[in-house]
Amino acid sequence: MREIQEHPILKLARGKEIWIKFSGTPIRAYENETVAMALYREGIDVFTESSKLHRPRGMFCAIGKCSSCMMRVNGIPNVRTCILPAREGMVIEKQDMYGKLPESIEDFPEPCEIYTDIVIVGAGPAGLSAANILKDFNIRVLLVEQNPKLGGQLIKQTHKFFGSENEMAGTRGFEIANILIQNIKDSNINYKTDSTAFGFYPDSTLAIFQNNQLLKVHSKYFFFATGASEKMIPFAGNDVPGVFGAGAAQTMMNVFGIKPGKDILMVGAGNVGLIVSYQLLQAGINVKAVIEAMPKIGGYFVHAAKLRRFGVPILTGTTIKEVMGTKRVEKAISIGLDEEFKEIEGSEKEWNVDTVCLSTGLMPSVNLLSQAGCTLKYVSSLGGYVPIRNRELRTSRETIYVAGDVSGIEEASTAMVEGKIASLAILEKIGYATGREKEKNIEELQRLREGPFSSKIVESLGEVTYE
Amino acid sequence: MNDWATKGYLEPGEIKTTLPRKELLMKHLIAISECIQEIPCNPCVTVCPLKAITMKDINAIPVIDYEKCNGCGKCVGICPGLALFLIGIKNGKGIITLPYEMLPLPGKGNEVYLLNRKGERLGKGIVMRTVIVNKQTKSSLITVLCENEDDIYHIRNIEIIK
Ligand SMILES: Cc1cc2nc3c(=O)[nH]c(=O)nc-3n(C[C@H](O)[C@H](O)[C@H](O)COP(=O)(O)OP(=O)(O)OC[C@H]3O[C@@H](n4cnc5c(N)ncnc54)[C@H](O)[C@@H]3O)c2cc1C
Ligand code: SF4
Ligand code: SF4
Repeated sequence: MREIQEHPILKLARGKEIWIKFSGTPIRAYENETVAMALYREGIDVFTESSKLHRPRGMFCAIGKCSSCMMRVNGIPNVRTCILPAREGMVIEKQDMYGKLPESIEDFPEPCEIYTDIVIVGAGPAGLSAANILKDFNIRVLLVEQNPKLGGQLIKQTHKFFGSENEMAGTRGFEIANILIQNIKDSNINYKTDSTAFGFYPDSTLAIFQNNQLLKVHSKYFFFATGASEKMIPFAGNDVPGVFGAGAAQTMMNVFGIKPGKDILMVGAGNVGLIVSYQLLQAGINVKAVIEAMPKIGGYFVHAAKLRRFGVPILTGTTIKEVMGTKRVEKAISIGLDEEFKEIEGSEKEWNVDTVCLSTGLMPSVNLLSQAGCTLKYVSSLGGYVPIRNRELRTSRETIYVAGDVSGIEEASTAMVEGKIASLAILEKIGYATGREKEKNIEELQRLREGPFSSKIVESLGEVTYE
Repeated sequence: MNDWATKGYLEPGEIKTTLPRKELLMKHLIAISECIQEIPCNPCVTVCPLKAITMKDINAIPVIDYEKCNGCGKCVGICPGLALFLIGIKNGKGIITLPYEMLPLPGKGNEVYLLNRKGERLGKGIVMRTVIVNKQTKSSLITVLCENEDDIYHIRNIEIIK
């Protein structure tokens, strides 16, 4: 129903056809597709209801970070269906309120204890590049990723990356991911997908669930590369199905070959908003406009120019006021803003769209760091709460390191270099002579951050980096 | 605040670097850049076999030495910003090579709409060549012939005629 048939960049291949049941109705799914994607592709927008007001709920982030797509799967409630691979015969139901656990716990096997030297949480560019360094040393590494695929946000970036040769500039993001992933698969690194780290306990046990199996991980070092989640902004109707994070639209199109909608209004003209809008055009979808509250375009000029060339308007000084629709977005209203960001009366505009994508910023996923007692500081230009760290990315706790968006929203290029620095620092502590290589990467990172676009980031990083 | 930073496109007059001399454009196609903002990027510099593109450092704006460029188009295919184009003049007609990443791809001899930087149709042109490079890594290159030589300063996109 919502399949993308042809794509200018991607080779789209679907897995074997299987069948699942949703509220009693058989639904076609494909192997390698998640439950939420199968439902959405088959035209189902409403997954469940809000618990108090019974408002319809659909998917929002599509990468396992929010709770919008939680449903009951084979009797077990609160399952994030956007990252759960569909399997033959699965029974999917709307969630009843907060969800009740089944009476019998047969479905849950005994917990399993794992001992390792380093555990890396998150297999985006930061975690993968760390694992790529660590694989060449004689230490035990466990890499866990909550999505069915390794690669984090990189696997959905169909555009060519900026940077220099060192960061594989000019190469499309998903191809960079493929190289990093293949190296890991060819190595001895113990990696687990479909595995969500959810708790860090006072005795330094990291708790992970892989499907219904609890894993208790005991490790000498912890490496958090958990990335970020998309920010929601307040406006009437922001919960109507069809309001998605821009990254979710990107996941649907570029990972699963599914059209997020027919007519789109994009909110936010930063790089994410501009890039995803362009990728929507590539998937054959109509982008009505990109609106941006600030008086100027936030993303790179070249990304904006790529869109304008196709006649997509970018309206600055404009925000979203309201989204209407009962079970799906039917209409959106935008409104102009004056210099003080006050709404200009009478400047409302009506958009006939079925989808509204929000690209209004990302927020570092620091939950586990907070549980682990790492000191966090709120720095708005880094996306929210970020861990205090030293120049080699060690947090306030001796054995806990960070890299990538979780330490402040930046880019894949910087995430990869940070992953290298932190892993080389851990190796140095263990006793390997990796100090020089580490310093080289610290210099590389500085070089990447020299441009005017990074000046704000550099200043903010100063606030959270101690000597 | 620069005008282009609010509008998202350049007016022809805003292209900072002076464009190639007409005599040069009549010899062969030459690369021009609309990459006008300091961003950390330099594959255009690395890819050019004739070292015609230079940059002070990775954040600087690329500078093209028009005398050195032979119009091979390598830089146009790799540029992640789709900000490089080839232009030339032949028998009073304009020729433009532009990066294109949409479907369907037009073939040689097809008539297409010519679009300016705002996506407005300015007329029709004929596709002279379509180079489909490995689409997973590079952009395809479409070369179009336009009626007026002046079009080379305005046309930056095409649209398939349905
Ligand atoms: C539309 C868009 C365009 C972009 N374009 C560019 C670009 O052109 N150039 C560029 O350099 N950057 C770009 N970026 C930014 C880049 O993708 C990110 O900065 C980068 O992916 C961050 O890497 P990361 O490894 O920190 O996080 P992520 O890539 O987000 O990876 C984090 C991983 O951790 C996993 N995870 C999180 N929590 C847990 C948990 N509790 N248990 C298990 N696993 C967990 C997640 O599933 C995810 O796979 C873009 C981003 C977007 C959204
Ligand atoms: S067209 Fe070829 S020669 Fe000219 S600048 Fe580009 S890569 Fe160099
Ligand atoms: S490759 Fe393109 S975007 Fe990058 S610096 Fe060169 S012209 Fe600019």
